[in-house]
Amino acid sequence: MSTLRVPTVPVETREHYLNADYGIRSWLLTVDHKRIALLYLASITLFFFLGGFFAVLIRLELLTPQGDMVQSETYNKLFTMHGVIMVFFFLIPSIPAVLGNFLVPLMIGAKDLAFPRINLLSWYIYMIGGLLTFAAVVAGGVDTGWTFYTPYSSTYSNGYVIVTGLGVFITGFSSILTGLNFLVTIHKMRAPGLTWFRLPLFIWAHYATSLIMMLGTPVVAITLVLLVLERAFRIGIFDPTLGGDPVLFQHLFWFYSHPAVYIMILPGMGIVSELISCFSRKYVFGYHFIAFSSLGIAVLGFLVWGHHLFVSGQSAYAGLIFSFLSFLVAIPSAIKVFNWTATLYKGSISYQAPMLYAFGFIGLFAIGGLTGLFLAALGLDVHVHDTYFVVAHFHYIMVGGAVMAYLGGMHFWWPKMTGRMYPEGWARFSALIVFIGFNLTFLPQFILGYLGMPRRYHAYPPEFQVLNVMSTAGASILAAGYLLPMVYFLWSLKYGAIAGPNPWGATGLEWRTPSPPPTENFKQTPIVTEEPYEYSIREIKVV
Amino acid sequence: MSDTTSSSHPAHLAHHFDTVEQQRESSSLGMWVFLAQEVMFFGGLFLAYLVYRSSYAAAFAEASHHLDVVLGGINTVILIGSSLTMALAVYCAQTGKRHLLVLFLLATMLLGLAFLGIKAVEYHHKYVDKLIPGIAFSYPGPNAQHAQLFFSLYFAMTGMHALHMVIGFALLIWLVNDARKGRFTPEYHSHIENFGLYWHFVDIVWIFLFPLLYLIGLHDAAGGGH
Amino acid sequence: MFSGFPLFPEQASSVAADVDNLYFFLLAITAFFSTLIAGLVIYFAIRYRRRSEVELPEPITGSTKLETLWTVIPAIIVMVIFAWSAKVFLSLHRAPADATPIYVVGKQWMWKLQHLEGQREINELHVPVGRSVKLIMTSEDVIHSFYVPAFRVKADVLPGRYTSIWFKATKPGEYHLFCAEYCGTKHSGMIGRVVAMEPGAYETWLGGGPREQSMTARGEFLFQSFSCNTCHRSDGKGRGPALEGIFGKTVDLQNGQKVAVDDNYLRESILAPASKVLAGYQPVMPAFQGLVNEEALAQLLAYIKSLAPQAARLPGSTPSHEAGSERQNSKP
Repeated sequence: MSTLRVPTVPVETREHYLNADYGIRSWLLTVDHKRIALLYLASITLFFFLGGFFAVLIRLELLTPQGDMVQSETYNKLFTMHGVIMVFFFLIPSIPAVLGNFLVPLMIGAKDLAFPRINLLSWYIYMIGGLLTFAAVVAGGVDTGWTFYTPYSSTYSNGYVIVTGLGVFITGFSSILTGLNFLVTIHKMRAPGLTWFRLPLFIWAHYATSLIMMLGTPVVAITLVLLVLERAFRIGIFDPTLGGDPVLFQHLFWFYSHPAVYIMILPGMGIVSELISCFSRKYVFGYHFIAFSSLGIAVLGFLVWGHHLFVSGQSAYAGLIFSFLSFLVAIPSAIKVFNWTATLYKGSISYQAPMLYAFGFIGLFAIGGLTGLFLAALGLDVHVHDTYFVVAHFHYIMVGGAVMAYLGGMHFWWPKMTGRMYPEGWARFSALIVFIGFNLTFLPQFILGYLGMPRRYHAYPPEFQVLNVMSTAGASILAAGYLLPMVYFLWSLKYGAIAGPNPWGATGLEWRTPSPPPTENFKQTPIVTEEPYEYSIREIKVV
Repeated sequence: MSDTTSSSHPAHLAHHFDTVEQQRESSSLGMWVFLAQEVMFFGGLFLAYLVYRSSYAAAFAEASHHLDVVLGGINTVILIGSSLTMALAVYCAQTGKRHLLVLFLLATMLLGLAFLGIKAVEYHHKYVDKLIPGIAFSYPGPNAQHAQLFFSLYFAMTGMHALHMVIGFALLIWLVNDARKGRFTPEYHSHIENFGLYWHFVDIVWIFLFPLLYLIGLHDAAGGGH
Repeated sequence: MFSGFPLFPEQASSVAADVDNLYFFLLAITAFFSTLIAGLVIYFAIRYRRRSEVELPEPITGSTKLETLWTVIPAIIVMVIFAWSAKVFLSLHRAPADATPIYVVGKQWMWKLQHLEGQREINELHVPVGRSVKLIMTSEDVIHSFYVPAFRVKADVLPGRYTSIWFKATKPGEYHLFCAEYCGTKHSGMIGRVVAMEPGAYETWLGGGPREQSMTARGEFLFQSFSCNTCHRSDGKGRGPALEGIFGKTVDLQNGQKVAVDDNYLRESILAPASKVLAGYQPVMPAFQGLVNEEALAQLLAYIKSLAPQAARLPGSTPSHEAGSERQNSKP
């Protein structure tokens, strides 16, 4: 366990981005990417707990087979709002908007992103879309499912579909602008000597993510526009009584929403590469392969949307093609998992909380990804489509994967962002609680799914109860695991040990500037002469 | 090695860029990436159009006859002309001809306004003829439902295009204002160039919209058939 | 069966075992790889734990051989899974030619089923064990999905068109029927049961209950009361084509396209005939959208499908099926 040396100049007297200016205007009108990252941190944390609250209610209802806690329509609104909030207002922005915004300029030795004002605009757009959606929740909610399938959403639902649709539409532009900013920044603002293959894998991951954000989000934007027009004016695009095709909505929706899941996971994979290398003090095994597999996932991810439509009346030929391509997209992810495991070989491994989250990610993402194969298998998907098997699969990847990576990253870069260390003991304990709670919540759902329990069911046949009770028990443990970091992170802001520039002894340009960094990031623009992750070449000291 | 002393630092160089070159390249790349995103945005509408046109070709051709090819054609010429004036504006910015720059930007605005005006006239005709789905729609003949799909797509696509033109028009006001103040020089005029890219893109979208909406089945006799 | 704490669904159809075998293979692969990865991670984490602050591990950057190995092997594995699952899917997808059709209408929030013999059921489906059954389904409102876990079959039920599934029950019993596509307030209440019976018991069930007219008889009645027979004369001299034997053929449309005369084409030709007119005919058939409900439409379809071509009269593939002879001379 490395000891931390307290820097000789107390943090409070040195100017950095947090104390460079005070007052609410200095935060709401900031163009500093680091402050914008913290603005995002506050908002997505709020949305995470709102979405989590709905999940708690869902799991409570599912303790008993009868729908006895809330009305059917309320339950339908609960799972819809849980999905909408978690997908669009938490998972998609989280890592890019918080850690990406904070770290991309630092990691490439730049003073800020290419377009700082557009960065601030993206946060405001996110807030406006979020507030609109929140207004829809408060006014009575939406009950269409986060997937908004027509014609239920366009013609039959009584909920606030238009308001929610517009809220998500607006927030989509936040995603597009963030992606645009990252792409241009990574292309044009790397420090001297920082060639493409010297970039941290976190940057490669965010580059691939930004490609998807730019090219995929506009499609869901126009789809929501069409849905709103259909609902408001009954134009007929998705209405079968007017000659429209409700399945066309599904194609348009999933053309974005499948790549969207890669937006959710790729940044997390980037984090895991950083954590694994730092805490085993080794080169990432197969750097080039991991970098290219990120791009491969981004490209292939656009070609597989039809696997969400295997039983929707799509032709068998289309189904076979999408099944084949869906199997292919699993391969780059598998390559990454093997490379991370190989990085541990003959490493010098320590078990701080970020590393525990990285370990958890590898195992849970592997399971989640492998269960994706079940869904890509046409003959099998017929049975498990729209059951809890699917729910378990995507929660393994999004919660067992993306959220654990996010937490791991937050712990790793917390000292850089705040100048304080979190309490290591509590952090490890929380990581363990999260891991146990998570598996208890979602492993039973695979069994439920194969048994045939459909998703989005308010009430269910009594023989499914035992597994549901297990799942709810797990959820309560998981909730505790998420609440603990809230408490100790806040605690650390005042009482945490003071962190120097490089408390982990990590490579990467972000560790060569004080914690917290000055507003302009670097007093002198760094010049890069090393390959990334050169832990094995020389000792990187903790400072 | 980029100490930011103000003597070597042009006023228009933003604090986070090291060189003017870097700033110019970044803003240009940013606009190209944004346009790629716009292609995907309109792409969704074009996809819906393609799907329904291939299913209901006869109905679409028949409905298309209700559009005014003459007005649409004039609009096409106007828009191509405005791309010409915009390209000339960019040239003037590159060569430092301030007054001509303002003139060509104003000409682009004028032509854009003319386009929108003619569009308004067309939309009004549709209202009078009761061909606006959801607001006033009454179509004779057995193809009414599928014709409604055509008109829905017509308004969605041309409406989205017109919205982009309105946004462009608003940006032009801002650019004209800056140009009059002499803000653009041969060394620094990336706003003009990037806006030019945007304007040309909006033009290209129309060049696809016009034949797909106005010119289908034009050679056939009215109604029925292929 | 509806009791206790099941961990695995019953196998009650001819394809269930095939689906389950594929599932077990995938389970094995998942178990193998996740154990392998988890095992390696744990082993490496312990074996290579940091023992001193200044240790510098070996500068290993990668190995093209390993990369190739763990790219090619997963690729082969997934291709095997793909091929196997495609085979299972195609057997799920292709109904046997002699499958008994049963017409299903889903609506918020119930299932309505019609047997050819005329029996109607709500939220229940009685089928004989050992006989292939094909469900021809549509929705009256939103998208639903017909799902019988014990049979391992599912298909979305769409408004405006027909979709279908087929199965052959292999074990008598009662099995869950679920709606598996979210459809509104009582989505989780849109459930029922499939009752598979021994053939003898099934015949008894068919014969019991109120005497119903068969679907083809009802369909014939509708065909005449809507005056379809005035244009669709079996001598082919009417304004519309003769419909005898047309089901299952591929025909030419006016615009040169070819189309297969399946359930969806028949449906479209009744509800909105102007869009796909047969070559050589005028688009003068009135549209019946709004004039026939889904049950009537199914009965018309059953009737049209029963019309054997004049030259080769098929004996009829389903029991109590009134195809054939009386029809030939009854046209005006």
